[in-house]
Amino acid sequence: MQARELVKRFGDREALKGVSFAAAAGELVAVIGPNGAGKTTLLSILAGIQGADGGEVETGDGAVGWVPQQAALYRRLTVEENLMLFARLEKHEDPLASVEEMLELTGLGERRGEIVARLSGGNQQRINIAIGLLSRPSVLLLDEPSVGLDPRQRARLWEFVSGLAVRGTTVIFSTHDIQEAERYGNRMLVLADGEALFDGSASELREAVRTEAPEAADRDFETAFVAYLHHRGH
Amino acid sequence: MRWLLLKDLQILRRSPLQAVLLVAYPVLIAVLVGLAVSRGPEKPRVALLNEVPANARVSLSGKKLPSANVQRRICAKVECVHVGSREEAQDKVESGDVLAALILPEDLVNKINSLSTLSPGTPKVEVLVNESDPLKASVVGDKIEALLAQANLALAKRIAVEGGRYLNLVIRGGNLPVLGGGVHVLGLQASAHILEAIEPALPNGPLKVALSQVTEFANQAGENLDIAGPLINRLAQPITVEKVAVGGSSPPLETFAIAVAATLTLAFVAVLLVAGSLALEREENAFPRLTRGLVSSAALLGEKVLLGIVVGLVVTMLMLAGLTIFVPLEWDRFGLWLAAIVVGGASLAAAGAALGAAAREVRAVSLLAFMVTLPVAFLSLVPSGTVGTGLYDVIKVITALFPFKPALEAITSALEAGNGSIGTPLLHLAILAFAYAAIARLALRRFTRV
Repeated sequence: MQARELVKRFGDREALKGVSFAAAAGELVAVIGPNGAGKTTLLSILAGIQGADGGEVETGDGAVGWVPQQAALYRRLTVEENLMLFARLEKHEDPLASVEEMLELTGLGERRGEIVARLSGGNQQRINIAIGLLSRPSVLLLDEPSVGLDPRQRARLWEFVSGLAVRGTTVIFSTHDIQEAERYGNRMLVLADGEALFDGSASELREAVRTEAPEAADRDFETAFVAYLHHRGH
Repeated sequence: MRWLLLKDLQILRRSPLQAVLLVAYPVLIAVLVGLAVSRGPEKPRVALLNEVPANARVSLSGKKLPSANVQRRICAKVECVHVGSREEAQDKVESGDVLAALILPEDLVNKINSLSTLSPGTPKVEVLVNESDPLKASVVGDKIEALLAQANLALAKRIAVEGGRYLNLVIRGGNLPVLGGGVHVLGLQASAHILEAIEPALPNGPLKVALSQVTEFANQAGENLDIAGPLINRLAQPITVEKVAVGGSSPPLETFAIAVAATLTLAFVAVLLVAGSLALEREENAFPRLTRGLVSSAALLGEKVLLGIVVGLVVTMLMLAGLTIFVPLEWDRFGLWLAAIVVGGASLAAAGAALGAAAREVRAVSLLAFMVTLPVAFLSLVPSGTVGTGLYDVIKVITALFPFKPALEAITSALEAGNGSIGTPLLHLAILAFAYAAIARLALRRFTRV
């Protein structure tokens, strides 16, 4: 997936200011930045939910799966009914087989008949991701997937997502959590006020922090990152 | 589209309160309308204090009626609650036990009887009403006035007959009963004959000329006063009403009531369900996921309108089926019912979709749908002539812009033959359906914002 010079405006406010980046197959790219940095806007443009005012996106031949920040599913339907509905809408030849596959992948087979509203936030997020995977995407976009999950649920989620990347799916996820980005992302795209400040690996980001904010270089990564943003005028 | 429809029906099934309301509401409406159209209006409860002596007789134009007849006639029109005193009557009115109290004074019959004499009195009855509720007071006032108007008309007819008899006596002569005896009245015609007989015996001169003038007057008066009899009779009811129906036929009240109930049911089900269902897509964050290539927004809109039509049709037909317990319906016109309900449902559902697309939360959109549907439904029932011309023109424009009134007209036409053409309201509904669908599509663009 490749994005070139993406621009998005909401009235007078410029939410994205010429953001460019690329992600290869099997890569896990973390989009990080403070609130209002443009992370969700970037992902929604990559997903085709909304158009950009400038620039272009290349997605290659495969489908792009999208998992929004808030679970996009029907809470009054069961786990199985949700998966079945989206499998049918994706026009799968054997929707039942796809549902079984996703239930196995999410580990929710035993809870297939439960109403989604009664599941924990973590389990709802797993179904949310499973629905995003029903299109068998070559690129999966995850908008803050671990928000509201406890550490155990978060660990299971990342184990699941990392498994997808190992199988060749390009995963681009946004997060506030710098440690999570460092731990699971192969690459980091740092956004602030709609600008792409950095694009590289975690070690390269540490190096950039050391260069730009040497006084914070020896402190924990999050503090050093905040100092870096401050030095870059954000 | 069918999978989305199935999903919406599954969600509906999972909402017990909503499902119960959808079934209970039409059943309740059906029962209420059924009872209302199959039973006449209840008689108002009125306290009656009758102080007229039991042996008093109403005597008019030679007929004597026991005063009990007066009471019986009153109690045929209202539900009489007999009381023993004025205080008791007043208490019952104040407590709301009765709508009003009617007091017939002791001298009522004597004064009624005096109306046919040469020294008529003024009969009076007393009515006590509780004016704390202006609506109720107005209804009671109308009932009592109607009752008294009937009594006055009956008396006026009798008095007119009595007046006619007096006039006849003046013209033709006869006995006038006075104080148990009788006085012979010569009459104009007999007077003229006598004068004519005397006139030749008189010598020519001023006296003969004067007598001739008097004779001529007596003849003219006798002949011309004859036509005054019918005039006096007309005084009792000078204006009679001849009702001629022009400008289209109006449906029987019972059919109209059923059509109103059916349209209300269809409107609430279609508008609320579609508006809520569309808003739910937003509330569940599913809209962007669906319209990312799985379904187009037009197809989603079509599915919602179809949902409104299907559920609206089922619920409205249930209601009509329930009504057949109370009122016979013309089931052989089922095809026309179907056309009216489907096209009306489509138009109402499209209006619901436009509302649903304008709001982001199910609760907000439900409230909005109620706030729009209920007043428009009430305005659609305002008949012409009951409000000022300017205001009625405004009402006509408002009700023409929402599908309730054309749906009501279509269902009224479909229910029974002779209730006007169904084509015009169906065309009106179709135009509104397209217009609201276009508005809904425009409003749906709001949903694409993340």
